[in-house]
Amino acid sequence: MENNLMVSSTPHIRSKDSISSVMRDVVIALIPAAIMGVVYFGARAAAIIAISIISSVIFEALYQKAAKQPVTVSDFSAVITGLLLAMNLPSTAPFWVPVVGAFFAIIIVKQLFGGLGQNFMNPALGARAFLVASYPTHTTGAAFGATSYGVIGALDATTQATPLAQIKEGAITVTQNDLINALVGNIGGCIGETCAIALILGGIYLIARKVISWKIPVTYILTVFLLTLIFQVTGIAPNRVPVYELFTGGLMLGAFFMATDYASSPVTPNGQIIMGIGCGILTTLIRVFGGYPEGVSYSILLMNLCVPLIDRYTRPTIFGAVKKAKEAKK
Amino acid sequence: MNLHTFKRGIHPPDGKAFTNQKPIEILMPKEGALMVFPVSQHIGAPCEPIVQKGDRVLLGQKIAEAKAFVCSPIHSSVSGTVKDIKPMLTPSGAMVQSIIIENDGKFEEDPSIGKETDENDYKSLSREEILEKVKNAGIVGLGGAGFPTHIKLNPPPGQEIDSIIVNAAECEPYLTTDHRVMLEKTDRLVMGLDVMLQLHPKAKGYIAIEVNKMDALEAVTKAAEKYSNIEVIALKCKYPQGSEKQLIYAVTGREVPSGGLPASVGCIVDNVDTVLAIERAVVKNRPLMRRIVTITGNGVKNPGNYQIRIGMNIKEFIEATGGLTDDCAKVIAGGPMMGPALYNIDVPFVKTSSALLCMTKEEATLPEERNCIRCGKCVGACPMGLMPLELNQDALAKDYDAFEAHNGVDCIECGSCSYVCPAKRHLAQSLRITKRTVMGIIRARKEAEKNGK
Repeated sequence: MENNLMVSSTPHIRSKDSISSVMRDVVIALIPAAIMGVVYFGARAAAIIAISIISSVIFEALYQKAAKQPVTVSDFSAVITGLLLAMNLPSTAPFWVPVVGAFFAIIIVKQLFGGLGQNFMNPALGARAFLVASYPTHTTGAAFGATSYGVIGALDATTQATPLAQIKEGAITVTQNDLINALVGNIGGCIGETCAIALILGGIYLIARKVISWKIPVTYILTVFLLTLIFQVTGIAPNRVPVYELFTGGLMLGAFFMATDYASSPVTPNGQIIMGIGCGILTTLIRVFGGYPEGVSYSILLMNLCVPLIDRYTRPTIFGAVKKAKEAKK
Repeated sequence: MNLHTFKRGIHPPDGKAFTNQKPIEILMPKEGALMVFPVSQHIGAPCEPIVQKGDRVLLGQKIAEAKAFVCSPIHSSVSGTVKDIKPMLTPSGAMVQSIIIENDGKFEEDPSIGKETDENDYKSLSREEILEKVKNAGIVGLGGAGFPTHIKLNPPPGQEIDSIIVNAAECEPYLTTDHRVMLEKTDRLVMGLDVMLQLHPKAKGYIAIEVNKMDALEAVTKAAEKYSNIEVIALKCKYPQGSEKQLIYAVTGREVPSGGLPASVGCIVDNVDTVLAIERAVVKNRPLMRRIVTITGNGVKNPGNYQIRIGMNIKEFIEATGGLTDDCAKVIAGGPMMGPALYNIDVPFVKTSSALLCMTKEEATLPEERNCIRCGKCVGACPMGLMPLELNQDALAKDYDAFEAHNGVDCIECGSCSYVCPAKRHLAQSLRITKRTVMGIIRARKEAEKNGK
């Protein structure tokens, strides 16, 4: 036995966390919102989710096989991308849309830039932006309310675009009833973005499991709230109700699940706060002043591009640097 | 209770239940056993043997002398005959010139050392006398670093010491020697700190203990009551709480400047076993010949705490305690976070050996390394405020300038980053290796600058 002792560098113990355990937690956290999506939008939503996940996993496996890399689809990373992509699509989208989206997310955004952890933007959001730009009729306003795909909607009202679109046109004023509907998800929108309660529950689960920090989601949501409040009070956008803005559109999904994507968000604590505030400002500005009713996905994508810069200027102060800086001044 | 601590850090499972209830057993070397004393068991210059092959030596006799300034002498821990002086394998993996003594089993004491029953009145000793006793006793930092204690106790003029901290955090998982010493030799430990305080009369003494050792905390608090200048500090359980810089921060709120020593912020930190050795050297005139070790883990049949003789063979020691289990696959000299793994257990205990952690094959097998997913957990764990993921990239790219600019040389090699990494990246390993290279580059550059002037 003595001749066969194992040697390795320290430390000799490792935490139980692994990439797959972390990713599995994210999937678990997304399940309530995905289920609510199916409840509100029917079997078609379930089909879109299934197609999106399966094609993401297949594209990842195919690419890794072709590139002669170890196939790592069992780590749930591609599953999350597929699930998030589906949750960002309307239930009325044709079935080829998630397939094209999955190709763009996995191959173009993720694998071509080096695979896991190397993507400079969130793959699902990158794919969504690609789809919205390329096939607007199938993915934005016009797609909602279409009935030609045989939607089995649980409620009539739900086959509509996000209510933010109507607010933008000044068509509606928000009532208390609207608020409750937004909280439980009884509103129009993409498959996974409507049920705020389910998304918040998932987010709390991720924070409690220490998969994500509170910093990005909390600062993001708070910034949207405060900025909208300022716009409302100052009369710049008087028909915007801050609380309603939080529970509509993709804010909860974006704040808890998209802006916190490890690879495309800052690693430093202060950087994460800047990321959250930046996303919040951009989202509100796009909603109030931009050409789109909703700004969550573009604001996150824009902030993704700033991440290397944010990380560089928000490094933690090293232990013992206080004295060093003082001495340097002398 | 107001718990002191530092920023960031990790919470590994502590594994102390194996041995924290086991009293310290004395295990003496057998008659005829070959004791090996490497001449370098400390940081600094090796010392020079002053005995020759064939000489008879007595227990406590000085066998190697410290000639250089940063150096510490070595004493025989048995009586017997010098069999040879030749390079031998040490726990660090290096071959070091060693004095080999065959134990005659008589433990005949050298007349120059004090008796176990002696009680010197240390209060009447001068500062110089105390320092001389510590130096002659061959005491070095027994926590693992091995820095000669007499130098630490006597910082250069201009550095006023106002805090002497006994490091009883014992934050490394599995280790329980400090815990047992505090319970079983409580008064001796507190007296050791009092001896150190006599060197620095204006200083205050602190004994800093993590709260996972409540019984020890209570015992030491009680024993310290009669000393007005000694305070017991309760520390939060967090790794690496016992790292010198982190401990000073927890106790005094001061940050040792990057590249600086504890004395530069008025602190001296010594480990529990070291303070005990100081007490024995000053009060009883006995040199450093023994230490307390923990043998623990699932890979050993009888985990326990032992008082052993320095120079004993580790393999023979393990057999004397009952041996390893059949599935033992890794033996670590020290704790699981920072102790080096032994590739051969046929080596002697040296002054800095604190434990033997024996792991089964299942425990010892490390998971496969994968892509960094940029989760930032290492940034949240690093007690020094570094960004290990970035330093790992610098190290892999051999970009030494970037590694230096990103403060890689401030790494204390605690291993917290590797521990938390979900991608199981070899962060601490790559940082340690590159840190050595970069420190060499910095030294060479300073040397060149000096010569240029």
